[in-house]
Amino acid sequence: MGFRVLYFAWVREAIGQDEEFVDPPREIATVGALIGWLSARGGGYAEAFRDPARIRVAVDQQFATHDAAIASAREIALFPPVTGG
Amino acid sequence: MRRIAVQEADFDPGTLLGALEALGGGAVASFTGLVRGDGGLKAMQLDHYPAMTDQAMAAIADAAEARWPLLGLVAVHRVGMLHPGERIVFVGTASAHRAAALEACHFLIDWLKTDAPFWKKEHFEGASRWVEARENDAAATARWT
Repeated sequence: MGFRVLYFAWVREAIGQDEEFVDPPREIATVGALIGWLSARGGGYAEAFRDPARIRVAVDQQFATHDAAIASAREIALFPPVTGG
Repeated sequence: MRRIAVQEADFDPGTLLGALEALGGGAVASFTGLVRGDGGLKAMQLDHYPAMTDQAMAAIADAAEARWPLLGLVAVHRVGMLHPGERIVFVGTASAHRAAALEACHFLIDWLKTDAPFWKKEHFEGASRWVEARENDAAATARWT
């Protein structure tokens, strides 16, 4: 299993890469749990996810919420609130 | 007619307006967003999520077309490094009458600000910072729901 995780803007800069493949343990079932699991790696991950409420999410390129399930996801993106326009 | 583009290159608002005017409606409205040079800004970096941007913009266009009787809709958003005075974004609409064209245009730019995966980073002399999302942008979008 496992899936790609993409990072954008200051999340990308804190973590130091724009994407990676991850394969979390089965009990990591939601995006929110994934953020906590990544944050536990420390360093830039802990910095990027210090305040999870600031993190927005897309699952398979659709905006989603932190309680979205990740079981069948192929691509999860974690990023700050968008600021285009 | 629908034209949606995400591109590094500049665009010509006159050409885009001309395409909307050629559709036979009585009203064309547009909004052009530009980089402000406030506070000694040297450049504005526009990042996006390429695999998602097109479909997010298409979803916003779908919502506008479902709500107003539009003959045409144009949304162009630039990415990359832009400088003060340069164009960032253009939205334009054509309809039979002005209310639909103006309201749909306003809706499109409000939604582009809050529902499409773009991020701005301001570059100053010796410093840079990511732009924070603004509460009143979310409020502007919520107004349409």
